[in-house]
Amino acid sequence: MLKIKDLHANIDGKEILKGINLEVKPGEIHAIMGPNGSGKSTLASVLAGSEAFEVTHGEIVFNGQDMEDMAPEERSREGLFLSFQYPVEIPGVSMVNFMRTAVNEHRKHQGKEALSASDFLRLMREKKELVELDSRLANRSVNEGFSGGEKKKNEIFQMAMLEPKLSILDETDSGLDIDALRIVANGVNKLKSPENATIVITHYQRLLDYIVPDYVHILYKGKIVRTGGKELAMELEAKGYDWIKKEVEA
Amino acid sequence: MDTITQTLEQAYLSRYNDNAELINASCGATMNSHREAAREKFEALGIPTKALEDFLYTDMQPFFNHDYHIDFKRTPEKTDLYQVFKCDVPNLNSHLVFTVNGWFYEKNLLKQGLPEGVIIESLAEASKNHPELFEKYYNQQAKESEDGTVHLNTLLAQDGLFIYVPKNVVVEQPIQIINILNSQDELMSNQRGLFIIEENAQAKVLVCDHTETHNHYVSNHVREIFAAESAVFDYYLIENQHNRVKQIISTFIDQEAKSNVLGNIITLHNGVTRNNSYVKLSGEHAEAHLYGMALTDKDQHIDNFSFIDHAVKNCTSTELFKYVLDDNSVGAFRGRILVREGATKTMAYQTNRNILMTNDAKMYTKPQLEIYNDDVKCSHGATTGQIDEDALFYLRARGISESEARILLMFAFCDDVLENIRLESLRERIKELVEKRFRGELSKCAGCAICN
Repeated sequence: MLKIKDLHANIDGKEILKGINLEVKPGEIHAIMGPNGSGKSTLASVLAGSEAFEVTHGEIVFNGQDMEDMAPEERSREGLFLSFQYPVEIPGVSMVNFMRTAVNEHRKHQGKEALSASDFLRLMREKKELVELDSRLANRSVNEGFSGGEKKKNEIFQMAMLEPKLSILDETDSGLDIDALRIVANGVNKLKSPENATIVITHYQRLLDYIVPDYVHILYKGKIVRTGGKELAMELEAKGYDWIKKEVEA
Repeated sequence: MDTITQTLEQAYLSRYNDNAELINASCGATMNSHREAAREKFEALGIPTKALEDFLYTDMQPFFNHDYHIDFKRTPEKTDLYQVFKCDVPNLNSHLVFTVNGWFYEKNLLKQGLPEGVIIESLAEASKNHPELFEKYYNQQAKESEDGTVHLNTLLAQDGLFIYVPKNVVVEQPIQIINILNSQDELMSNQRGLFIIEENAQAKVLVCDHTETHNHYVSNHVREIFAAESAVFDYYLIENQHNRVKQIISTFIDQEAKSNVLGNIITLHNGVTRNNSYVKLSGEHAEAHLYGMALTDKDQHIDNFSFIDHAVKNCTSTELFKYVLDDNSVGAFRGRILVREGATKTMAYQTNRNILMTNDAKMYTKPQLEIYNDDVKCSHGATTGQIDEDALFYLRARGISESEARILLMFAFCDDVLENIRLESLRERIKELVEKRFRGELSKCAGCAICN
């Protein structure tokens, strides 16, 4: 589904990703862990097509397509979804209008007709329940005045609406209390299927108690320095990142 | 052959002299009685140039520097405007009236159901029919103006619209005025308006400015509004014209105690526009709300000037102006607020926010607060920036195309100006109109979502 080969990326001339290799197959959950500043969020932004970063080398192939020249919206319509670490507040754009526009752009891309107003509202209602999103939030402007937890739930809600093939959850657990974490993780698990895949980016092992990964990768200084099963996350939790740092430096 | 060079001002004065008989014949004595003083003021003040502080960003001379035709006699309008402009606003049954080239449309049909005592008629006719009202109100605010173009209007004005709402009367349905410029000639229009909202009365006016032909026009429009004690008055101006129209609208508002006036000036398409809004809060606990937005592109130029005079204590004013400027267009906003010495407990808030879509668009903004006492709450803020790139990426990352995402964000930016429209059906329709404009689907009048 996703193949990343020797990916290098810069921001403002500074190299952040220094040769990432990663393959994700349908049905898999990959966790990417690593200390602050290792390039985790950069990887997520580059995959989503952020123009703030410049890919200097390597390739990203998603469903057989080279993503190099694909705009963020095209990547989304092809089935890639980024749950933002910091969802953006957009006063004046209502959640309903935002989601209706997004869903219908996806449908157009798939050669389907736009949803009728009533079908769309039914879909919204159904998906809201899935992530236990407060109904009132859906009537407000995008993320405006939402608490940290509500913003993250709203990301998962959007994921539910768009039904992506590959979801990248960038620090979705940060800022969540234990109840919100459980709700968000439940939402992700309910959306899981043998056809789609998930990349979970996180600092902590905590989220992985709820979303159980098939693979854990450790990103450090712009490279994946180690890959293992879910027990690698346990090991990190017990030993901290210093252990990895020492091994890499040595 | 001798060439006589005369100034622009002299040229207009001789136009008046040559046509004085015709001009005066159409109006009542009170209207005509103000012309002599207006002539003197116009001679003394002239047409403003950028040398004047209030006109720093817009030179008014080029507005007038053209040999325009002036309809000193009403040209009968051949088309049935009620057929052309069928209003399809649901739940917005308006009292619809037209003016053509500044003249009151002779076939204006006012719907039944106008409350008793309410007058909506030709200004020229009203000046003959209601001399007592004209004595009391006509030119009372405008005559003090420092702007020569206002006096030029007083000198040349022959017609326009007169609205009178008597004490305690509420006009539920909005009064919709469609001003049309329609001529085979390059035309100057000098429309005049006088709106009197008596004590405890209420009315809403929606003004749509349209052009039917693609000629050069200059419209020098003066409107005086009197809101008596506890009156509630809304006016919404929708400017949707073409690039060859130059328009000046000077609106004077006098507010008595506890009156509440809301103005919302929405410029969707123009050539060169100067909107002057003068608000005088003359009675305690009066509230003035002045909003505006401008969407410009190509070489359009829009300049909103406002002057809010807190003459007495305990009054409130809010101002919010937003501009989205594309291509090479130029925007200007100048907001002057005067809080006089005795005007304690004044609350005055002013905000101007602007988005530049290109590197070539320009915005000039200048808040100006003059406060002569300590017991006030006043604020002002002005920002000019670009579309929020983070928000743009967020929308695109959900599959929304860049162009659509920009439209959503521009529309969202204007949302708080539109939210202040105090009539839901009208608010929804104006929102549609603005959205059409952002999508480039708005042609001239025919594309107007309010009437089509």
